[in-house]
Amino acid sequence: MNSIYAFVVGPLAWIAWGVFIFGSLYKVVSMYQLAKAKDGSSLHYMSFKYGMRSILHWLNPVGTLGWQSNPYTALVTFVFHLCLVIVPLFLMGHVVLWDQFFGITWPTLPDTIADIMSIVFVACCVYFGLRRFLQRDVRFLTTGKDWIALAIPALTFLFGVLAYHQIGNDKVMLVLHILCGEIMLISIPFSRLSHMLFGFFTRAYMGSEFGGVRHSKDW
Amino acid sequence: MTFDRKIEDAGLTRGVSRLTPQRIEDTLRQVLEGETGAKLKLYAETCMRCGMCSEACHYYMSHDGDPSYSPAGKVHQTMGEILRKDCKVTPEFVYQMAQIAYTECNLCRRCVHYCPLGIDTGYIMSTVRRMCHKLGVTPQYIQDTAHSHAATMNQMWLKDDEWMDTLQWQEDEARDEMPNLRIPLDKEGAEIYYSVIAPEPKFRTQLIYQAAFIMNEAGVDFTMPTSPGWDNSDMCMFSGDFEMMGRLKKIHFESALDLKVKKIVMGECGHAFRSIYDQGNRWDGWDMYPIEVVHSVEFFWELFEAGKIKLREKFHEPITIHDPCNIIRGRGLMEQSRKLAHALCDNVVEMHPNLEHNYCCAAGGGVINCGPPFKNVRMKGNRIKAEQLKATGVKTILAPCHNCHGGLEDLVHYYELGMDIKFFGDLIYDLMEKPEVE
Amino acid sequence: MPNASTWDWNPGRREVQDVSSWSSKFEWVEEFQASSDGEKVGAVVKTGDMEFTACVNGKVWDERYERVFYLKFSPDSRLTGIIQQDGEWCLSVDGQHWPETYGYIWDTTFGSNGSIVCAVQQDGEYGMGVDGVLWENLFANANNFATSGDGKKTAAVVQIAPLAQADIETFQKGIYTVAVNGEAWDNVFMNCYTPVFDAKSEKVACQIRRTLYDYTIAVDGKIWQREFQCVWDPCFNPVSGAVAAPVRLGGKWGMAQDGEVIWPAEFAQCWHQQYSADGSKLWAIVAPKLGTFTVAKDGNPWNISAPVVIDLSVSPDGNRASALGKTGYVYTIMCDGKVWDDSYAMAWKAVFSPDSTKVAAKVEKNGRFTVVLDGKPYGQDFDQCWEPIFSPCSTKVLIRAIDGGKFVRIVADVSDF
Ligand code: HEM
Ligand code: HEM
Ligand code: SF4
Ligand code: SF4
Ligand code: SF4
Repeated sequence: MNSIYAFVVGPLAWIAWGVFIFGSLYKVVSMYQLAKAKDGSSLHYMSFKYGMRSILHWLNPVGTLGWQSNPYTALVTFVFHLCLVIVPLFLMGHVVLWDQFFGITWPTLPDTIADIMSIVFVACCVYFGLRRFLQRDVRFLTTGKDWIALAIPALTFLFGVLAYHQIGNDKVMLVLHILCGEIMLISIPFSRLSHMLFGFFTRAYMGSEFGGVRHSKDW
Repeated sequence: MTFDRKIEDAGLTRGVSRLTPQRIEDTLRQVLEGETGAKLKLYAETCMRCGMCSEACHYYMSHDGDPSYSPAGKVHQTMGEILRKDCKVTPEFVYQMAQIAYTECNLCRRCVHYCPLGIDTGYIMSTVRRMCHKLGVTPQYIQDTAHSHAATMNQMWLKDDEWMDTLQWQEDEARDEMPNLRIPLDKEGAEIYYSVIAPEPKFRTQLIYQAAFIMNEAGVDFTMPTSPGWDNSDMCMFSGDFEMMGRLKKIHFESALDLKVKKIVMGECGHAFRSIYDQGNRWDGWDMYPIEVVHSVEFFWELFEAGKIKLREKFHEPITIHDPCNIIRGRGLMEQSRKLAHALCDNVVEMHPNLEHNYCCAAGGGVINCGPPFKNVRMKGNRIKAEQLKATGVKTILAPCHNCHGGLEDLVHYYELGMDIKFFGDLIYDLMEKPEVE
Repeated sequence: MPNASTWDWNPGRREVQDVSSWSSKFEWVEEFQASSDGEKVGAVVKTGDMEFTACVNGKVWDERYERVFYLKFSPDSRLTGIIQQDGEWCLSVDGQHWPETYGYIWDTTFGSNGSIVCAVQQDGEYGMGVDGVLWENLFANANNFATSGDGKKTAAVVQIAPLAQADIETFQKGIYTVAVNGEAWDNVFMNCYTPVFDAKSEKVACQIRRTLYDYTIAVDGKIWQREFQCVWDPCFNPVSGAVAAPVRLGGKWGMAQDGEVIWPAEFAQCWHQQYSADGSKLWAIVAPKLGTFTVAKDGNPWNISAPVVIDLSVSPDGNRASALGKTGYVYTIMCDGKVWDDSYAMAWKAVFSPDSTKVAAKVEKNGRFTVVLDGKPYGQDFDQCWEPIFSPCSTKVLIRAIDGGKFVRIVADVSDF
């Protein structure tokens, strides 16, 4: 078990981060090249001002027609993503690893808060899952890819929580957690999760067209 | 996935009958690889299938939340399927995707206000239409309109002489009321080139009459061209025939540039504005229109502001105002349209939602041009608009767009709303001070 | 072309007509037209209730009509107008109208031999007429009218079969072709556009849309081997007779000559190509990328650009060219890869002197009009003016203008600018 653990926190972690970073770079650069070659007439209208205007409006959970019309989903989406970004970045258990491997540290979240946030995150995933299952229009749209995209972060957090609470075999849970986390990193550039890389660009493009050309709002 | 709402259409049936699996695959691939790029790829990849956009669409709302009418649902059944099946789809599927893309989406972009990721469903549906056009599977009536554009450079099969003859006839008619009225033809160097869509000379000649009357009364230095190019409309943009769209815009803009006018003023039309402002100009390589095109709503407001139009009286009855997507979401003319409406009417009752968030009339995007077979698609698909209109409790609707007019008229009939629909031009003409006629 | 050598080229200003007095004589005076030689000015005038005629240099035509429009001077200074009488239409030349009347007549053009060509509709059928004589065959529809340089031949796109309402099948089988002097080509196409004659007035080339998706060029009814995503107006090489047309391949534009691509398709746009008179050079307006237009010679674009470029004119020797750049409301004149300093509210297509050394253009500034030559304005501006014309010796410029209510012709020396 220890050797497996050593493997997942060692070489596999390197691979995962490598794939994540270089894969993301590759995706972003190749997409930009493709856009230059084929969507010149869209790139032409990209505007920093109107792109930012749109992004900022959509960062307000009650600031757009879409969020207002789906208040619960809006709330869950914001909580989900906040936890998703904050917990792994400021988790004591993670920062310790950075310290161990690279000797760098930064402030951490108190474990209880991180724990609560993680549980909340898992609850958000349950909400998304139920939505995919129960809400007609969402079910109609759901494909395997969407379940995968939801399952990967859900399992990562779930195993993280289980490991933290030492439910089940804590070593196994931890290994599973790390494995899922690594799968997640690897899959970000190559799955639906790539919306992390591209979401701001599609948003900014829409904002540019609506603000710069059409003189109207896109929220 | 079953599609249980197939509607017989001669154009679609004929088109599909000539397809082979190979032709379908080759054509779809050619459009995907040759004509789309990062934009479509990103939309396909980043759509999280969250369904937040569903309620944006009047079709979805009017069909009691039938998921196959939601924006992402329609993408899922068309482009989504093409990508999942790697272009290997059946002729029957092509029929279905054509029906969805041409008649169940108005390209109104209301869903843009709902999608957190900024996905442009209108663009995707328009790309699906492009594929259908390339496969030769297009509804009969809109295809016929596209043919008219190709053969005559206008939408209504008007021959060269019929255009001039109509202008001169309207000039004669109007001279009974305003003896000095002129519709100057080909006046080089005029300030304004007035352009209309072909249904005006064909069916709604009173609009040309009214426009001429207003221009003359306001002392506007304007002209209208004698040669093709006068029609700014563009059903080819909606049928997916982008080459013809480019040709139409070229002749339109060049006819104005050749006359050395300062700007074009266009009649109260929505889709034509999209064509000159957003899509057609880009195909021709112009990032914006090569010569400014001012929509009537804005133009009338400018005349008002400058005191060039004086009213005899205001419109007293309560009136509501429809926001045509292509000039509101597409150009941001909501402020001007409100100022103008309030200048003309005592009692403007807003419908809700309104401004950019307004529901489309379900006629736009070429849907009404798909003709009688699909009329019920528009009627059943826009109950929500009928309810919205009814809730205002008024008897008159202002709608500064031809398609909206047609669409709203049909809705008013179908849902027995008993409402009257007017253009700004109608109101201004009715209410303005007119010279005494001896 | 008018024979400018016979005109009065004596330097100085001459008042031709006091047009301000017209407005008191008539109920109204429409837009002024000036003859090329500057000796005549004309306008449609209203003489009474629903009574119109034309006035030239103060004299009205004998007859009164229900309507006169499309008033145009021929290159040899005859004034033509389309007239309506009792609901029928005809052309009047210096007040004499053609013997026959027509269902409708429009699009007057002039041949170098003095002939006058019109598009005509008679009893719901369409065609063309030269000096009032119609084609033997008329068609269900005709448009895209063209006249040969010598004025002897005419061509138009014609519809050769009836088309029922919403009959997309028949349309796609092809019902259009080009008729030359009323004789239709044997082949039919889905669409044809912009027929054009060669310099010898023998051959006709036009754009062809073969299917909904494939475009090419036809010369005398025979299409090029190759098809393209789109094409624009073809033109003939005046010397070799080769045909060039902008073509679209892979979503970009290039130039093809006789079916072979001669400028690779790498422009966002390419159109309005023009051969030099000796046929050795080909100029065009191109857009290297979206929103950036310029002029290209033999496929090589200038270094300057503008969001919109129009009105390309090529010098007689073919080495120089000028075009108008437009940015928003502002027009500039581009010449030989440079932009002239000044900018204008409007500019007209530039004119080269016969020896190709000078360029002049009509421009508008602050609502006043004048002529600029090689970037320098004429010392005076006018209420209205017409496009400048160089003398055959290239040392003088004819300015036709309305100045203080007077129609004047000014022969200016090029050194006056
Ligand atoms: C940091 C940039 C990110 C942005 C702007 C962003 C934005 C969004 C948006 C707008 C949605 C759709 C709203 C919804 O489903 O309710 C969404 C959904 C989702 N996001 Fe993100 N996201 C980001 C990063 C991530 C990351 C890093 C992950 C996981 C690794 C992730 C996982 C998900 C999942 C699983 C959903 C789907 C929820 C469902 O099943 O409905 N997101 N994201
Ligand atoms: C290379 C990848 C990763 C490694 C090596 C790693 C390692 C660890 C470690 C050692 C712990 C501490 C367990 C404990 O305290 O008993 C932990 C907890 C956790 N990690 Fe990760 N992790 C990785 C990636 C991720 C990612 C990508 C996420 C989420 C997006 C994540 C979310 C969590 C959570 C939610 C916890 C539990 C926190 C709690 O309940 O207090 N981890 N991880
Ligand atoms: S009709 Fe309008 S709201 Fe509905 S999918 Fe199409 S663009 Fe979106
Ligand atoms: S709201 Fe946007 S991301 Fe969500 S399903 Fe609709 S199109 Fe996709
Ligand atoms: S017809 Fe009017 S409401 Fe309908 S899509 Fe067009 S502009 Fe929008």
